[in-house]
Amino acid sequence: MEEFFHSVTLDTEKCMGCTNCIKRCPTEAIRVRNKKAFIIKERCIDCGECIRVCPHHAKKPIYDHLDEVLNQYKYRIALPAPALYAQFNNLDDVDIVLNALLMLGFDDVYEVARAAEIVSDSTRRLMAAGTLKKPIISSACPAVTRLIRVRFPGLVDNVLPLNAPVEVAARLAKKEAAEKTGLPPEQIGAVFISPCAAKVTASKMPLGTERSQVSAVVAISEVYPKLLPLMKQVKEPKELSKAGKIGVNWGSSTGEASALLNDSYLAADGIENVIKVLEDLEDEKFGNLDFIELNACNAGCVGGVLTVENPYIARTKLKRLRKYLPVSLNHVDKIPAEAKWDEPLEYAPVLKLDPDMGKALSKLEQMEEIERSLPGLDCGSCGAPSCKALAEDVVRGIASTDDCIFKFKENMTSLFSELHRLEGLIPSSYIQENPDGVKKEEPDDTH
Amino acid sequence: MENTLTLRYEVDGEDFTRAGEASAAVKRALKKMGVSPEVVRKVAIALYEGEINMVIHADGGVITVEVTPKEVRMELADHGKGIENIELAMQEGYSTAPDEVRSLGFGAGMGLPNMKKCSDEMKIESTVGVGTTVTMTVYIQ
Repeated sequence: MEEFFHSVTLDTEKCMGCTNCIKRCPTEAIRVRNKKAFIIKERCIDCGECIRVCPHHAKKPIYDHLDEVLNQYKYRIALPAPALYAQFNNLDDVDIVLNALLMLGFDDVYEVARAAEIVSDSTRRLMAAGTLKKPIISSACPAVTRLIRVRFPGLVDNVLPLNAPVEVAARLAKKEAAEKTGLPPEQIGAVFISPCAAKVTASKMPLGTERSQVSAVVAISEVYPKLLPLMKQVKEPKELSKAGKIGVNWGSSTGEASALLNDSYLAADGIENVIKVLEDLEDEKFGNLDFIELNACNAGCVGGVLTVENPYIARTKLKRLRKYLPVSLNHVDKIPAEAKWDEPLEYAPVLKLDPDMGKALSKLEQMEEIERSLPGLDCGSCGAPSCKALAEDVVRGIASTDDCIFKFKENMTSLFSELHRLEGLIPSSYIQENPDGVKKEEPDDTH
Repeated sequence: MENTLTLRYEVDGEDFTRAGEASAAVKRALKKMGVSPEVVRKVAIALYEGEINMVIHADGGVITVEVTPKEVRMELADHGKGIENIELAMQEGYSTAPDEVRSLGFGAGMGLPNMKKCSDEMKIESTVGVGTTVTMTVYIQ
């Protein structure tokens, strides 16, 4: 069994054990036990919903910190996500951001937008070859790829077998840097400036490849305040940007799909909408679609948990910025090896009740029966997100129906009435004749 | 005794927007059982198409699904107007759906043919004016 790493951590001091996160989790991966939330690791897809919804800020994203990362490598390359550009007001030149990144301590920059254009071109080529199962589902959002892997086994073969732009950027940037500097690969750091916590997981436990070349993932929210004053100092920026509209567009929803220059696509954003689309795809409700772009965050990557700006405002800023950019500056003659997956995506049946199908069936029956006995309020007080989830936990052996406060109360009531009945019983050996010879009344045991 | 999970759903003929809920629930159950993605797909599509038919043509009805380790048996029973010519209804592209559901993208005449395609056994019993019962079986093993 593989080790599970997740980009979410819990501040136990701040966690009140409330029901907000358990209710919001799209894979029902969170439970409350001993008044604290805990994550069932194999189910978590790193979507960040729990981080967003926690009113006590107890759920926190994990990421690398800039100062530590800069000290760790001899040659440091910043890989800015297009979403980074969308954080700033009135930005009309990407080079200002890229120059400021150099001033911050990086030796070089390689825009993720550049690699995104390579992925777009590669996707167009794959689609033209016509060998992939349609509709092709984008693999760029790590939370979506993980969601498909645990919840939509029928769609695993539809996922685009290409690395996400940041992975391609890291590989190409390191290759370029190794040629330029002659340094060994371990001394070159490719540092993603990320809107997304799931990319932290993707860099530690990638899908589609055994090892990620992304050396570290730092948060846009951490870099942003350091970058702002430096950007003000940039007077005549060096020309560094090598990406066009298509690459920058990847920062928000529909960016990837529209780059395919094909009208038969669908783009959905926000985890709940994504799940609805996947359900419908599984039932083959849409015909004639070539490509499906899915982003777990609202508005796409600009809505990531590591950003600072409102996602919709960020999207508008990105639109403004790309206005006068050339369409695309990166083209490939054939799909580069850096872009290809080296291992297929495999279904992870973590939701299965039992490895033996017969036993799983019996557990399903028990689950149905238990669920019928529960109040159906889905209040979350038991620590599970719904009565159905509690029923499942009971058959899995990790919870008891007594965890339901209503069941508990019912049991207490019947216990008390039993006690009351017992209290009224007097053994006949204790019953005394009254002096006047009249027998005492029998205790009433009917209630 | 062979263990059997029985699931029963009332399909509401009044509310078109709720069609597909039974199929989604069965899909979730099959995934928890760990049946192959191909079987889940076949059951989900067969049931979905059947459910839509019950809403469009028959004002709803009752779906009973029996799951055993060997197969999924589905019975869709309604008290609708019945099918006059089953052979004709089975033809791809043949539909008696009213215009208002066609405008929603249904009524392409692919429902019954898709159900046939996705099930390993299918039987239709229908009496005009009385109702229709469709039984479908998808083999797990």
